[in-house]
Amino acid sequence: MIPLNPQTLRPSRRSLLTGALIGGVFVLGFQPKAQAQAPGGTALNPFQAYLRIAPDGRVTVISAHFDMGQGIYHGLATLAAEELSVPLSQVSVEGGASNPRAYGNLTAGGAFQFTGGSSGIPSSWERYRRAGATAREMLRSAAAAAWNVPVSEVLAENGQLTAGSRRAGYGDMIAAAARLPVPSNVALKPASQWTLIGKTPPERIDSRDKTNGSQNYTLDMRLPGMLIAVVAHPPRFGATVQSFDAAKARAVRGVVDVVQIPRGVAVVADTTWAAIKGREALTVTWNEARAEKRGSADLRKAYLEAAERAGAPAANRGDADAALGRAARLIEATYEFPYLAHAAIEPLGAVVRRARDGTIEIWGGHQMPDIYQTIASQIAGVTPDQIKMHVMKSGGGFGRRAVLDGDVVAEAVSVAKAINWRAPVKLTWTREDDMTGGRYRPMYVHKMRVGLDAQGRISGWHQRIVGQSIMSNTPFEGFAVRNGVDATSVEGASDTPYQIADLRVEVTNTSVGVPVLWWRAVGHTHTAYAVETMIDEIASATGKDPVQLRRELLAENARERAVLDLAADKAGWTTEPAPGRFRGVAVHQSFKTYVALVVEISMSGQDVRVERVVAAVDCGIAINPDNVVAQIEGGIGFGLGAILGEELTLTDGVVDQKNYDSYTPLRIDRMPKVEVHILPSTASPTGVGEPGTPPIGPALANAVAKATGRRVRLLPFAKGMTS
Amino acid sequence: MRITVNGEVRDLSALDPDMPLLWALRDVVGLTGTKYGCGVAQCGACTVHVDGVATRACQTPLSSVGNGQVITIEGLNTPVARAVQDAWTTLAVAQCGYCQSGQIMSAVALLSENKRPSDADIDAAMTGNLCRCATYNRVRAAIHQAARSLA
Repeated sequence: MIPLNPQTLRPSRRSLLTGALIGGVFVLGFQPKAQAQAPGGTALNPFQAYLRIAPDGRVTVISAHFDMGQGIYHGLATLAAEELSVPLSQVSVEGGASNPRAYGNLTAGGAFQFTGGSSGIPSSWERYRRAGATAREMLRSAAAAAWNVPVSEVLAENGQLTAGSRRAGYGDMIAAAARLPVPSNVALKPASQWTLIGKTPPERIDSRDKTNGSQNYTLDMRLPGMLIAVVAHPPRFGATVQSFDAAKARAVRGVVDVVQIPRGVAVVADTTWAAIKGREALTVTWNEARAEKRGSADLRKAYLEAAERAGAPAANRGDADAALGRAARLIEATYEFPYLAHAAIEPLGAVVRRARDGTIEIWGGHQMPDIYQTIASQIAGVTPDQIKMHVMKSGGGFGRRAVLDGDVVAEAVSVAKAINWRAPVKLTWTREDDMTGGRYRPMYVHKMRVGLDAQGRISGWHQRIVGQSIMSNTPFEGFAVRNGVDATSVEGASDTPYQIADLRVEVTNTSVGVPVLWWRAVGHTHTAYAVETMIDEIASATGKDPVQLRRELLAENARERAVLDLAADKAGWTTEPAPGRFRGVAVHQSFKTYVALVVEISMSGQDVRVERVVAAVDCGIAINPDNVVAQIEGGIGFGLGAILGEELTLTDGVVDQKNYDSYTPLRIDRMPKVEVHILPSTASPTGVGEPGTPPIGPALANAVAKATGRRVRLLPFAKGMTS
Repeated sequence: MRITVNGEVRDLSALDPDMPLLWALRDVVGLTGTKYGCGVAQCGACTVHVDGVATRACQTPLSSVGNGQVITIEGLNTPVARAVQDAWTTLAVAQCGYCQSGQIMSAVALLSENKRPSDADIDAAMTGNLCRCATYNRVRAAIHQAARSLA
């Protein structure tokens, strides 16, 4: 790991690291000490930060957020274009970087740039509309000055400025507009005047490029003289290079160099194939003195033992022990969740080039560009401002591209430095590197005891969670882990909305050498499963309808209730399913977006087939309704694949799954029909990249329990249905 | 060793004949629309057409291509291909988009053989194409829409 001092990450001297807890996920809190400007950095000239307008009128929006497929580029284009009054067909988007004042994530105080925690839209809702509106007013003022008419007579519509018979395109006025003083407090359009927000335009702005092969991703980068690097990584986490013999690797046609870097040995070649063949011919001896050598079975045993002991308190309402002591009966359950790989379809990679003047460019799926820039500068021995970060769209991400040690960027810069910067370098992780390279959704065990009184009411809820912390052993541990509790381990359980008077949630964060990371919806991926299947189990035990029980326990949670009611209604919950069909329900809020699902399944022996999923979502104002639908569909499919069959295991510390033959995401033949219903709302918009994922597992498990009586508590189902 | 890609003859004699077509296309010919996802024919991101047949380029050594006509996503220009690509954009199938070249190559090959594929036909033809964003319902809908537009 690169030594990284949080102090060096401070984007400005005025910023103060506070460790504010943000939405339960990004516990990194940089907060500006002095708020010299209105929220969203409105004092910034929009033409210097957020928008470019070409002489032909084409608008380029500069994105503060990284697009891994979630559609944030389309979202930001919509917000800016709405206020600027240009058709979306005239707008394209590119990634911005290295300007925290403009691109700092406002959900975490605004002082550094990252994408994550479904925060892109909440951070941008005000900022990008204001950028568009401010630009529009500057264009109107420029036209008014040029035509010598009052500003009030200049209309800005559809990319055109008009005043009486005078007419000019935005591109004609941009040079003058960009030099004007920047107005503050520009009025934003009322909802009644929106023509893009909340509408479904004919196509997503990047659909065409993503349909004809022209969309460029990091691994598609080609630069003159560029070499390809493939790195031999240690087979066990924590091992280091002892020695290596490169003779046979160097003999492979196309191999140019073999160099040691801090994380392994890099084979550098003129083609990817040569680099891969070179790596196969390489012999490395690893020092495994500090390597993690335990396998999944060892970890499972240790976790189950740890679950018998008290952990750090993450939530404490009333007196859970006393309530459990007086309960008429107990439900006890132990849940086991495996490590999960992100397995984004574009493997990790980064491209580095140093110019003659010593400045460096780095292309990649930079989910935290400011941090990566700092890390790269430390490795390269230059100042951060000598590095230009190019944020590329990526082939999926699901959390894997937000890493506090900048893994692939650090590797790529290390390789370029090790070959004395003599050529641009494209570092490519093979699928096997990506699958075995760590940073997994942590393995977790939940041990639950829930009491019921004689009337079937909950009398005590005790939940113990055992697993690795994501934030421990990072530069942010001191701020992110409080009193032994990493919020990313317990979110969705410690803050359960269910009205349970006596509740205790504890967490024991284990120490394991397998690197872990946030994985689409983070802690909610396991807490929602445990909580929502337990609620269902209580309903069964007390003979209550699962929707009705939830409504009772959510009496003060109108938004959860509303999505639950909508999903139940659209799924025909109160009607009998067709013969051979069984339904299950779950509702869960994550990242301030509320999702309820009703799942309908059929069974063939022990094989579960999901036939239909009805989803209801409340994400506040749906800026791009079709993209909300797409993200919920995708979130469900992503979660379903994991619940049914994904599992990453280790034998003696070595990862067992190397590729998609043994690590098995969902394929088209298992994708259920999905209907998504968006709750109409005037609330501020929240993100939709993650919240579709958590409820699919428990909704499915609850349907399976209905069909078979079996409570699946060992995941994935491929294992849990037969154990 | 000469192979024909999108109608153009390419002299690739300097390359290792064992090199998979995928890497020759991406690193040497410069056609990067064909993607690398797994290298073991498990994800379908590298799907191209060889004589019209959907083929995983990552498991196709250059030496095996012979006189086969290779078509990549960049070289698609049939009415079926246009119908598929139009359906893909109007239904906003792509999320990250990385697998979609392969999805489209498989879909075009399917519709070139089968003008009215059933859902089961689509499952059979498309199960080899992994989409980690799980855009599958739109893939299915787009294939049906393209079939209707060609009818």
